[in-house]
Amino acid sequence: MQRAAFSKGFIYLVLIIGSVCMLLPFAWMFITSIKSPGEVMMMPPVWIPEDFKWENYKEAWSMAPFARYTINSIIVTVLSTLGELVTTILAAYAFSRMHFYGRDILFSILLGTMMVPGEVLLIPNYVTLSNLGWIDQYQALIIPWLASIFSIFLLRQFFLGIPQELSYAAKIDGCNNFRFLWTIMVPLAKPALITIVLLKAIGSWNSFLWPLIVTQSKEMRTLPVGLTSFSTEAGINYELLMAASTMIILPMIILYFCLQRYIIEGVAKAGIKG
Amino acid sequence: MIQKPTFTSTWKALLYLLPALVILLTFNIYPIIKSFIMSFYTDYDFFKDIVYEYGLDNFTYIFQDAEFWKSVVNTLVFVIGVVPLSIVISLGIAILLNTKIRFKGIFRSIYFLPFVTSVIAISMVWRWLYHTDYGLINYSLGLFGIEKIAWLTDPQWAMPAIIIMCIWKGLGYNIIIFLAGLQNIDQQLYLAAQIDGAKPWKRFMNITLPMLSPTMFFISIVSVINSFKVFDEVFALFDGKPGPAYSAQTIVYYIFEKFYNEWEFGIASAAAIILFVIIFLITLIQLRLGRSRIIY
Repeated sequence: MQRAAFSKGFIYLVLIIGSVCMLLPFAWMFITSIKSPGEVMMMPPVWIPEDFKWENYKEAWSMAPFARYTINSIIVTVLSTLGELVTTILAAYAFSRMHFYGRDILFSILLGTMMVPGEVLLIPNYVTLSNLGWIDQYQALIIPWLASIFSIFLLRQFFLGIPQELSYAAKIDGCNNFRFLWTIMVPLAKPALITIVLLKAIGSWNSFLWPLIVTQSKEMRTLPVGLTSFSTEAGINYELLMAASTMIILPMIILYFCLQRYIIEGVAKAGIKG
Repeated sequence: MIQKPTFTSTWKALLYLLPALVILLTFNIYPIIKSFIMSFYTDYDFFKDIVYEYGLDNFTYIFQDAEFWKSVVNTLVFVIGVVPLSIVISLGIAILLNTKIRFKGIFRSIYFLPFVTSVIAISMVWRWLYHTDYGLINYSLGLFGIEKIAWLTDPQWAMPAIIIMCIWKGLGYNIIIFLAGLQNIDQQLYLAAQIDGAKPWKRFMNITLPMLSPTMFFISIVSVINSFKVFDEVFALFDGKPGPAYSAQTIVYYIFEKFYNEWEFGIASAAAIILFVIIFLITLIQLRLGRSRIIY
């Protein structure tokens, strides 16, 4: 019994040390964000600032067009997530419930292209978008991301698990494909859809390389891109840089703590990296 | 009741597929082919979209470019630095989390937290943690009598700095996948082993590891692929530069530099194709190795 208690204590100790390592960067970010410039450069480090300088947030916010960045990030995240949801539901339904020529070949080709790293698509997509005249516009940030093979695959698997008999019953009752999909399949597939939406929203909010490449003017930048240019402007004012970082990270942390069950289970089931 | 495809059903299905297919064909499938073709553009006017010359020059250029080889080496160092360590640590934590302890959910959420946060924002935080004079990391090391390390300005320490941060960031994802794998192991196996008097270490080596091999396999493939594509972390940690004296330039950074800063579309496309080939070959090797080791 004593040995069991000892090893349990050891487990807690390791897990707590690990947790501290995971949380410390976040805590340090927040503590730094409310320090005065003098306290930031103090050694040994100050853990609790003498007075909380909330005005750092105001200052960081006004030093760069963060309001505009935030609006852009929200527009891009919301529209690309909603768009992907619609295209995914329709395509997954076709692949799981409809019979058509070339279905299996088409599906295999789509799955095969998932092997290709996204970086390969970067340059031709840039050329396509500039030919369309969409560079530095919302279209460039949203439209290429309106469909995802991975999401279609995920939802198709889920749809296949829903008993076929339901659709026969619905057909006998005179329900057509389209109504059946939206009134019966979609509500049943809620867990899979929530996973798809959350992973997409997180990925879209945090995405960096693509928005960096297709935006030129300050007005079109999303939050992560805006933050990198702000970091050059902020220079050694780490309290401002940390305030800006907190503003970007906080919405995701709040969303995460409200919906973590879905996010964690979704990742465990889907097994993908955002 | 087996349904056969007909022309009517194909038309109907096409309507459902149309929105997704338009996007995927334009932005996923066409660019794969286009990228391959572009890698042979040796004389290309982007503004007029005219190709004057095709050839293999881009590939010869890349293979003779010392900077490219440096980025390959850096990327390999990164992969070798991140993947094994990350797997060992996350497996250890997942096993501890899988025991009968309290606050399991809270621990799990904490470890997973970095996964949902912006790489860029969190890299800013690490940039501050790594600060030579005022960084928390050097301060903590100082408590143990270790001298200050110039994490972000000494070319020798740039890669370790990136590796440590990426392990920290990716831990939670691996833990979640490992936990799912551990929960799938039949508890009766452990009971049987216990009755036979197998010690914990033996149980780990002879039950946990073999039963976990499919999960391990999956995680190692995904981690290797993702590590090969590292970019955001480098960009943000070194303020838009590939580390001091190019010490943290990775393959994707090389592509980005050629494409975005130097406007060498052909060379950048060729480098992207090379990256794809490297990832493809390594995944194939892993699949081969995995097939002989996995016990289902």
